[in-house]
Amino acid sequence: MSAVMITRKVRKWEKLPGKNTFCCDGRVMMARQKGVFYLTLFLIIGTCALFFAFECPYLAVHLSPTIPVFAALLFLFVMAMLLRTSFSDPGVLPRALPEEATFIEMEIEAANGNVPAGQRPPPRIRNVQINNQIVKLKYCYTCKIFRPPRASHCSICDNCVDRFDHHCPWVGNCVGKRNYRYFYLFTLSLSLLTIYIFTFDIVHVVMRSVNNGFLNTLKETPGTVLEVLVCFFTLWSVVGLTGFHTYLISLNQTTNEDIKGSWSGKNRVQNPYSHKNIIKNCCEVLCGPTYPSVLDRRGLMQEDLLVSAASTAPASSPSSSSSSSTNPVPQTTKTTAPLLPNEHTPDEAKPSIAVSPKEELPPAPKVPPLASPETDVETSIAKDKAH
Amino acid sequence: MRTTFHNLQELRRSASLVTKVFIQRDYSEGTVCRFQTKFPPELDSRIERALLDQTVKTLNSYYVEAEKIGGQSYLEGCLACATAYIIFLCMETRYEKVLRKISSYIQEQNEKIYAPRGLLLTDPIERGMRVVSFTHLLPLSLSVQG
Repeated sequence: MSAVMITRKVRKWEKLPGKNTFCCDGRVMMARQKGVFYLTLFLIIGTCALFFAFECPYLAVHLSPTIPVFAALLFLFVMAMLLRTSFSDPGVLPRALPEEATFIEMEIEAANGNVPAGQRPPPRIRNVQINNQIVKLKYCYTCKIFRPPRASHCSICDNCVDRFDHHCPWVGNCVGKRNYRYFYLFTLSLSLLTIYIFTFDIVHVVMRSVNNGFLNTLKETPGTVLEVLVCFFTLWSVVGLTGFHTYLISLNQTTNEDIKGSWSGKNRVQNPYSHKNIIKNCCEVLCGPTYPSVLDRRGLMQEDLLVSAASTAPASSPSSSSSSSTNPVPQTTKTTAPLLPNEHTPDEAKPSIAVSPKEELPPAPKVPPLASPETDVETSIAKDKAH
Repeated sequence: MRTTFHNLQELRRSASLVTKVFIQRDYSEGTVCRFQTKFPPELDSRIERALLDQTVKTLNSYYVEAEKIGGQSYLEGCLACATAYIIFLCMETRYEKVLRKISSYIQEQNEKIYAPRGLLLTDPIERGMRVVSFTHLLPLSLSVQG
């Protein structure tokens, strides 16, 4: 039995943990369930197509040609904002690499001191004072980091997201720091588009009914009925949502904080991130800097694959087979020695001064976790409440 | 048996830790990107406090410049919004420009200051803007191999 180590170059998005799907070789990042997103696309494109087919020819001739032009511009803006919200990285925080995770565990252990045997260790929380307000930073057991303020872990995408607002199934993605303004502009422009189409549907029906009669008008342009129905129901939800998010933006709050009541005012807690000025809050959220993605999705990395040459190899661990391998490891791209069982290679064995795009995956050190979520008082109480 | 297992764990932990030191984020001013200027004791013998202080302070000032909300960021935001953000396909944002400056600064610092002392400074963007990590290039001697 022999085995060969093959090294191939992969893009980093292929190895990212979490439940996202990636398209266009890592350029597009979405959640796994995209069904509702396709429905959103269908409703918007379908309704606008009906509007352009049935109403626009009549209105362009009888009222003004700018009506369909403006509708087209609005439609394009809505689509651009929707696609930008859905396809971009919401602000995902990458998981801690093993060294960082171990370093944090050591810090926690040092802070806890000696916990008597049989007692649960205290919950993993760091207190930070921001603007004369104590903010608790919670530890994420999945990502192995202390979450920055305003970050939260999305269970649907299985990622910690910075300035987490909510997970929106209609756009098929989380809404976070990086795509919140696109989401807001999407809801705002969609509200305008819905009102616009609804208004001109009514205008068109009225104008035509004056000449032809109401029932004949509906027979001539059957699409109008569908459009009015869709717009009527969409109006209430989307306009309401836009109003809600305008309120949140003016207070510099996220949906997540609003739902949890983090800054509701009880116990004299106040939002430490608010500038206490509506204009300033709006400017910060909508006109603030465009944050870059810290997930390097399209970077290249090396992946080592152990391929067993014999098909009837016994079911032993792959690393042990390499120690008895007589085939030399291909020297072209690999830079570390063959793996021996239970030994971890020195990671970043050849660091170079120049920043190189290559990164080797160190195998996870075989250290059992110091504490599991079950020993954390807080999470176990939360689980008890869930039952 | 139990104590030897515990020692082996300790050794493995210390072996992996001896190579990296982390400087964490300082959240006292909110969600702005800022790193702690507290000097890590593990680097006491490797580098002078003033030099490390200077590096971290310069990095912090770069991030402040990138995240500044003022006239230029408003202009950029409004212009981008008016073009439905298509302009970002051709134009580089201010944040990206500052990030390039930061990576060249870090490269320069590594060449001039840290490599001669056997340390390697990693760009925070490669660690999700969570930590500034220092890697010991020269292996410290370990009494027992893990």
